[in-house]
Amino acid sequence: MYAIDHNDRGTPASNSSALVTVEIDGQPIEVPEGTSVMRAAALAGTSIPKLCATDSLKAFGSCRLCLVEIEGRRGYPASCTTLVAEGMKIRTSSDKLSQLRRGVVELYVSEHPLDCDGCPADGHCELQSMAKLHGVTENVFAADGRCSERITHESKARVKALMTDDSNPYFSFDPSLCIACSRCVRACDETQGTLALTISGRGLASQVSASANESFMDSECVSCGACVEACPTAALSEKSIAALARPAEKSVSTTCAYCGVGCSLKAEVINGEVSRMVPNRDGHANNGHACVKGRFAYGYATHPDRIKSPMIRAKITDPWREVSWDEAINYAAGEFRRIQEKYGQGAVGGITSSRCTNEEVYLVQKMIRAAFGNNNVDTCARVCHSPTGFGLKQTLGESAGTQTFMSVLKSDLAIVMGANPTDGHPVFASHLKRALRAGTKLIVIDPREIALVRTPHIEAAYHLQLRPGTNVAMITALAHVVVTEGLVKEDYVSQRCEKEAFEKWRSWVADPRHSPEATESVTGVPAASVRGAARLYASANNGSIYYGLGVTEHSQGSTTVLGIANLAMATGNIGREGVGVNPLRGQNNVQGSCDMGSFPHEFPGYRHVSDDSTRHLFEGAWGVELSNEPGLRIPNMFEAALDGSFKGMYIQGEDLAQSDPNTLHVVAALSAMECVVVQDIFLCETAKFAHVLLPGSSFLEKDGTFTNAERRISRVRKVIEPLAGLADWEVTQRLSNALGYPMNYQHPSEIMDEISRLTPTFHGVTYEKLDRQGSIQWPCNAEAPEGTPTMHIGSFVRGKGKFFVTEYIATPERVNGRFPLLLTTGRVLSQYNVGAQTRRTLNNTWHSEDTVEIHPHDAETRGIVDGDWIGIASRAGETVLRADVTDRVQPGVIYTTFHFPESGANVVTTDNSDWATNCPEYKVTAVQVVKVDKPLDWQIRFRQHRESKLPSRREVARETV
Amino acid sequence: MNRVYVPKDSTAQSLGADEVAAAFSAQGFEVIRTGSRGLFWLEPLVEIDTAAGRVGYGPVGAADVGGLIAAGIENAGSHPLVIGLIEEHPYLKSQQRLTFKRIGVVDPASLSDYLAHGGYAGLRAALSMTGGEIVQTVTDSGLRGRGGAAFPTGIKWKTVLDQAVTEKYVTCNADEGDSGTFADRLIMEGDPFTLIEGMTIAGIAVGATQGFIYCRVEYPESIAALRIAIAAAQAGGYLGADVCGSGKRFELDVRVAAGAYVCGEETSMLQSIEGKRGEVRVRPPLPAIEGLFGKPTIVNNVMSLASVPVILEKGAAHYRDFGMGRSRGTIALQLAGNLKRGGLVERAFGVTLREILYDYGGGSASGRPIKAVQVGGPLGAYVPESQFDTPLDYEAFAAIGALVGHGGIVAFDDTADMAALARYAFEFCAYESCGKCTPCRIGSTRGANVIDNLLAGNQPERQKALLGELCETLLHGSLCGLGGMTPFPVQSAMKHFPDEFEPRKRH
Repeated sequence: MYAIDHNDRGTPASNSSALVTVEIDGQPIEVPEGTSVMRAAALAGTSIPKLCATDSLKAFGSCRLCLVEIEGRRGYPASCTTLVAEGMKIRTSSDKLSQLRRGVVELYVSEHPLDCDGCPADGHCELQSMAKLHGVTENVFAADGRCSERITHESKARVKALMTDDSNPYFSFDPSLCIACSRCVRACDETQGTLALTISGRGLASQVSASANESFMDSECVSCGACVEACPTAALSEKSIAALARPAEKSVSTTCAYCGVGCSLKAEVINGEVSRMVPNRDGHANNGHACVKGRFAYGYATHPDRIKSPMIRAKITDPWREVSWDEAINYAAGEFRRIQEKYGQGAVGGITSSRCTNEEVYLVQKMIRAAFGNNNVDTCARVCHSPTGFGLKQTLGESAGTQTFMSVLKSDLAIVMGANPTDGHPVFASHLKRALRAGTKLIVIDPREIALVRTPHIEAAYHLQLRPGTNVAMITALAHVVVTEGLVKEDYVSQRCEKEAFEKWRSWVADPRHSPEATESVTGVPAASVRGAARLYASANNGSIYYGLGVTEHSQGSTTVLGIANLAMATGNIGREGVGVNPLRGQNNVQGSCDMGSFPHEFPGYRHVSDDSTRHLFEGAWGVELSNEPGLRIPNMFEAALDGSFKGMYIQGEDLAQSDPNTLHVVAALSAMECVVVQDIFLCETAKFAHVLLPGSSFLEKDGTFTNAERRISRVRKVIEPLAGLADWEVTQRLSNALGYPMNYQHPSEIMDEISRLTPTFHGVTYEKLDRQGSIQWPCNAEAPEGTPTMHIGSFVRGKGKFFVTEYIATPERVNGRFPLLLTTGRVLSQYNVGAQTRRTLNNTWHSEDTVEIHPHDAETRGIVDGDWIGIASRAGETVLRADVTDRVQPGVIYTTFHFPESGANVVTTDNSDWATNCPEYKVTAVQVVKVDKPLDWQIRFRQHRESKLPSRREVARETV
Repeated sequence: MNRVYVPKDSTAQSLGADEVAAAFSAQGFEVIRTGSRGLFWLEPLVEIDTAAGRVGYGPVGAADVGGLIAAGIENAGSHPLVIGLIEEHPYLKSQQRLTFKRIGVVDPASLSDYLAHGGYAGLRAALSMTGGEIVQTVTDSGLRGRGGAAFPTGIKWKTVLDQAVTEKYVTCNADEGDSGTFADRLIMEGDPFTLIEGMTIAGIAVGATQGFIYCRVEYPESIAALRIAIAAAQAGGYLGADVCGSGKRFELDVRVAAGAYVCGEETSMLQSIEGKRGEVRVRPPLPAIEGLFGKPTIVNNVMSLASVPVILEKGAAHYRDFGMGRSRGTIALQLAGNLKRGGLVERAFGVTLREILYDYGGGSASGRPIKAVQVGGPLGAYVPESQFDTPLDYEAFAAIGALVGHGGIVAFDDTADMAALARYAFEFCAYESCGKCTPCRIGSTRGANVIDNLLAGNQPERQKALLGELCETLLHGSLCGLGGMTPFPVQSAMKHFPDEFEPRKRH
């Protein structure tokens, strides 16, 4: 069932710019060439009956309801599969057409009884509306129908298969309501690209089948829900609406709060509760798609663990005391002022959240700079994509990705480096897979065999399976091939890049010590593959690069980003559709939180605090004097806390104690502070070290905007009231007022007005324009009033592109006899980051504990078999996880995820970090593993604690609906 | 050594030809396994060479072999089973065999035998022509698709030729699923090189370098014969990277179907060759523009392709001079059902149904009057005795609401239950429906239900009205011919035999 307010036009829009004129029932209309007759009629305001067609899927032509008459053509062509032609005259209704359509509906109704009362699709079922439209009220074939033996036999077989499949926690499949339109199958193929569904059997026994007649849970299904949305009846239906058994009252367009894809979603509401999430087909990032997290895992928002009352305590060993908002805020403000008086103005700071809105981030940094009077603000982007901001700013002039997501459909070749899009950015992965199925070639650069390397209908041309920590050697070796084999786009480089820097880079990179042959011993990748991949990328008309945290979270993360930009510039692959350098950003608003001035050295819009004109601009607007000294970064705050010079912290929406590296170090730093204020929707790990707990509000509870990895600003709209009474921006505003720095915003739109006034790249952004356009990609200003989908067209933001020499320096985190293996980390599809949200949903059904992937060879030499507990020890710490013996990882490398706090992945990660940005080196840790009997004591306590606190699956289900 | 010819085709095999061949071998005879001449009531038909031509004996059982040898079969000795010079047999002599001229004569596994009987003359002629000239020759011959749709073959090839794409395919539809048909099988089992030559010419003509023969799994002998012949053609340089030294490439493979009638529909067949569910694709795009793997593709029936070599060898005019009206050349009719002499008759278009049924078929096997025949497979119309003088001609058949189709003729005597046969059409459609379009998927089963209700006397007038509407829905609403043609046998039976569609007394 598609969104209740969706106006379906039957077939997808045509991209053609040529127009043709046709007549629909005598009314002329001009439509793009390649438009179906059905869509042309819809555009003319005539809705042709249909069941198998929907505008997210290619025309299929199976239901035969959309027949029309076309002058000069025989018979009754299906309007969904017939394309317009100049001068075509179409009749959409006649007595004959009515008779034929009624005949088809009668056949459907003979299979699908009209007992609509109590059906969750009642009122929105497309078959129901077709029956109504054609006046079919009963099964006309029902008169004592006797069937032949064979047909009876088939019917029996079919009835046997008509058992409802309830295996998926979020949706059920009731085959008795299925009309075999194949929309679910096509959605799985075309929209999601998993190809998990098919029609088994034939004729009347045709049946939707997950994999080879398995249950949905046992099949290859990834629970993206595209099939559920595509279903015209209640055959595939969300359990959440089945439980409520009545139609939604309203639909609110908002933006997903999980990953950096930033899908546009419609929250449907019944009685003040979210009944389901439906991806917005007009969503510019997601094009009507979503994943198992965004579509289904929103139940955390109303989970019993939600903190609904502010709490304070004098010492972290004291019990929490529930207090009023005023008391909590006054206490926090008082403490911050006390600390500043005692230890100095710089003894406090704060963390903005990549999970919160732009407006909220802006307010936090504003409060820190204006009310705390220092620049001690940082954000979790520090630990993920800070090297992206640095590297792309240096080379291209702007700290952001260059393209739209849809740009990948115009790529001839895509490189995916250090990213696992099918798990981390599933909706982008679906766009990418659509391109790959249409012939785009793929190069994967990753230590691990991610799913994209080989998946139905897709196979990477090259998988450069390098050793963790050798990205720079790899990217330079690729560049070496480009330079020494004459593959540089000379015209492009000479017109668009700084000559001197390029020549220096060219001669440096041409040195034989950077050749694939010379670096083979470092990267572990055969030279021939590197050469082949470099040639493929350089010779593609449109080559694009997509990368993730596998690039940035290294001691040379920034160097690799520089190297990626070098490679793209040298091959002319920046500045048009289908190309570009594209960070796959981890969190819904990590781009926005960086844009909004979350870094200690930058005001909103990436302008340095030492720049007088910028500072004076803000001083004028904010009415206070601002510091021109960059403040402390997160790791510096921790060090200062351990030194005793940093004593107070305002942490909005980030779980430092779980997500930052070297947990023991973080814990010690937090414990050393006198006032830690945590603003969060849950009692997170960091809250254990907090003195004040301010309840946060989920994305469903407030207005604002998020900015995704494409620089796309999208509206977040309030769906339900804040559970604790206040949205996050209101809490920050109150805290600021209590600190004596007045703020008086009535609505987040007023904050955005201030942001656009003060930030050149946001000058044209308003809520009114967001409502009108749906989304805006910054820069949006006088030069680009509707925003900027593709950056660096014609010239780079910094003027001329700048090449940087990228010398490879091996990480100090080396393997040796004591720590012979390299641990690297990543994510799974069903869980999100530290799992604070997804662990509180039925997504645990797929992944309820983190495991360690270890190559069979490494397992065997240690006597480890699949499922054993294994102890992992690094120079920083140790933890115990279960073994998953698999050749997805190469020998010498182990891999784990970090979704559960008791996994302690970050207990073992070290405090090595990127030379330029301090981004932690999560991706390389030298470890040893041994078989052990059980987890560590703290892990056991943790698990018991969590299990006692988390409700059973059934309780969560109730909460979810 | 003494040599006998014993057919190896499936019909003869099912009647004991293998045992006969073994018995001759055991007696020291050289046994050449041929295809079947298509005189099925004489199978197993054993032949020997004489100065005057081949002399036949049949039907021969293994038990007869001793007696035949004793009678001096190697010298055409007299025996009760002797038929005489086989090509003088009136059933054969009166035929006009162009496509089937080598069937039953040559060893289907022997390239040299094929060459000795005029094989590859067509390809040699084609290699001296441009693609456009080959296509023009086929167009000029008047050849129309023998699979049933009767679309001009040359026009189809022209469309593929005109596509400015380097990757093209030639596919042969050998999923011969119509009840009562076997002409494709006789070619594949009896003269596979003819088909291979025809496909090679098609590939050279349109610039395709790969061909696929999609053969039904129920034809294991055909599949084996094709594979042997393809290997021989490759070894002989007639297939591969350099066809006959021309520098042109054409490769050929057999794809085995999976037992779905609907895969005889061209778009389903392409789906199936691609490894997908055998399901009808929407047209347009036409396969000639976006066919196999999305590339321009010739889809032709076995008989269409097997007719191409003789057209190229003897010229368009030679072929076009056979036939009548817009139906040029010859048609291979397959006689089955309640007839005395089942078999294959290749005649120029224009021969009447009555001539076929009585002069060749010899009337009903039961000796009772022939009441109706179904022409063109299970979806063909039932033709009553009053229309038996209709000439075999696409247009003449269309004029009486019938179709020639693939040339299958199934005869029924006056004991046939026409309502049961009409019901069977629905049941067949229900069983074979791919399940994609609604009229066919559900309408076929409902059609059987309605006939049941009608015969049971359950609101008969309402059922008749429902049946009429349902047939309209199937006719105009179906995605392909399976659902779209199912009303033909139903409506023709109702029209010509209305009395049989009245409620029946319950016993």
